[in-house]
Amino acid sequence: MSVAAIGLDAGSTTFKGVAVDKTGAILARQLEPTKTDLSRQAMDVLGRLRADAGAGDGVPVAATGYGRKMVGGAGRVITEITAHGKGAFHLAGRGLTLVDVGGQDTKVIRIGDSGRVEDFAMNDKCAAGTGRFLEVILGRLEVGYDQVMGLVQKAEGRVSISSTCTVFAESEIISLLSQGVPVEEIVYGVHRAFAERVGALVRRLGSPAEIHLSGGGAKNGALVRLLGEQLGAQATVLPEAQFVGALGAAISVS
Amino acid sequence: MGPPLESSFKLRELMAAHYLCGRYAEGAVPVAWVTSGAPVELLRPYGFHVYYPENHAAICAARHMTKDLCLAVEETGLSRDVCSYARSDIGGVIADRTPVGGLPRPDLLVACTNICQTVMYWYKDLERRFNVPLFVLDTPFIYGEGRAHDEDYLVRQFEELLALCERVSGRRVSEQEMAHGIETGRACSMAWRDVLELCRNRPAPMTAFDAFVHLAPVVSLRGEPGCLEYYHMLRDELADRVAKGIGGIENERHRLLWDNLPIWFMMRPLGRLFASEGFNFVVSTYTNAWAETAGLFDPKDPLRSGAAVYSKIILNRDLKHKRELILRLARDYECDGVVMHSDRSCKPYSVGQYDLADLFTREHGLRTMVLEADHGDPRSYSAEQGELRVRAFMETFE
Repeated sequence: MSVAAIGLDAGSTTFKGVAVDKTGAILARQLEPTKTDLSRQAMDVLGRLRADAGAGDGVPVAATGYGRKMVGGAGRVITEITAHGKGAFHLAGRGLTLVDVGGQDTKVIRIGDSGRVEDFAMNDKCAAGTGRFLEVILGRLEVGYDQVMGLVQKAEGRVSISSTCTVFAESEIISLLSQGVPVEEIVYGVHRAFAERVGALVRRLGSPAEIHLSGGGAKNGALVRLLGEQLGAQATVLPEAQFVGALGAAISVS
Repeated sequence: MGPPLESSFKLRELMAAHYLCGRYAEGAVPVAWVTSGAPVELLRPYGFHVYYPENHAAICAARHMTKDLCLAVEETGLSRDVCSYARSDIGGVIADRTPVGGLPRPDLLVACTNICQTVMYWYKDLERRFNVPLFVLDTPFIYGEGRAHDEDYLVRQFEELLALCERVSGRRVSEQEMAHGIETGRACSMAWRDVLELCRNRPAPMTAFDAFVHLAPVVSLRGEPGCLEYYHMLRDELADRVAKGIGGIENERHRLLWDNLPIWFMMRPLGRLFASEGFNFVVSTYTNAWAETAGLFDPKDPLRSGAAVYSKIILNRDLKHKRELILRLARDYECDGVVMHSDRSCKPYSVGQYDLADLFTREHGLRTMVLEADHGDPRSYSAEQGELRVRAFMETFE
């Protein structure tokens, strides 16, 4: 199949890009940490996607993500909300409630059966409930993402972190460590606090029986499980979870 | 954006003259500092120069002075959770800073609780600083349609207020003078209502962002002849625009309602952002607040009718009233959506917005968004996140 469009998602933590055919199937993908020189990075990623997918210069390009305005050559620039709405609808093939846990913000998007974004909610001016929260806390605990699920399964769940503010939660954790509380209990408490925060954001838009997850946070199995429990809803991770925004951007111009 | 309004020049002149008079008022005429919801019509006949700290705070915010003024009072221990109007006003008094040249010292303070309870503590602070009489006009919150004894309670307070005005100003006011004062005030509010209602036209001849600016006279100069003349001029200019099909923005594609105070320090960028995609704010609950109860004033019975005028405003009524009001305005002005500014500084205005937004979306087909910000303090607004939400909201209309 020939390339119909390219979508770039300049996120706060990772830069994603996909090349798709006219059915929306992904032919090539790129993912790397976001760099400081976004315009240059966008050109590099675009160049690689074109080479990998055999796309000419005429293939339309759309950009999304917080760095979307820095993407030169994009024929269309859309917000992450619309991009994720389009991408998720394409992947799920029906209306859904999407929870995108990104580095800088967490978005909850309600998408109707026609594919239109009906409503959305985001975390306010604060890192609580975002990927950055977990990154900071897990960094403090010297725990890698691949260890999280094992630790959460081991925990008895006897610690609760009352603060969802990243800075205050970090102080709370230092205090727990000094009391000799096992790391797995803290990891569990942190994830539960996170799930409560994101859960409240979801409930702002209703009480769905099922939620779909995307973004870097969707790779965190413990978070997915706890969020589902918190909401009493089935939590399903979308395929291509980290590329949903880039895919939606590509679809918007294909 | 649409072409600028010619009347804006006159507006600047009018407000500059008001603040200039204020600089020379001290010692010449009695000076009253009052809240935006205070019954100024009752004060004017006594010859007070009336100064509105809230209007002044809005000017400070639009001129990006609020943060520094707030810091002046936060350094003394006042929490950032207190309204930024109160903080910037008290901060301005402490730092002796104003963008209008100088402010007259008050002889009387009048705080009316119909907009919030903060004003009571704010004006108590001013009372201690200036050592002048404070009159707190207590307006019981109205659930449903209100109670007759609340009206009696207000009438009694008005009587006490008039006695205090007489003592402070050293002047007696006849019934005819009072009736004239009430009539002029009422005429100003009605003229403002006429101005706003021209925005029912398609395209609306001005945006709510324009109206936030042109609101200043009906707040600060209500009951002054200059105010009435001004709104007649603005009304004529807008009527002319309507006749010529000129809109407040170019290419009005969608019509929106704004709820809550403006974000004074972001008016231009936000106005441009919405206008760039053809979104026009044609009505707001805030500008409507000065027209909402205007018709209720009766010069023949100023105190009893005044009780209704000053208690039946949006902020002194329950959520059901607000819901009905917004739905009526959205219908009358043919709005497709509602933007609710969740104002960190104005809790009474912001409470219930998420529930209302849900209701409007689900049951009334109105697209809604809640924008978290502050009417004065730029530290409570994230421009990047704000723009993202606004753009995403506008994209849902495509």
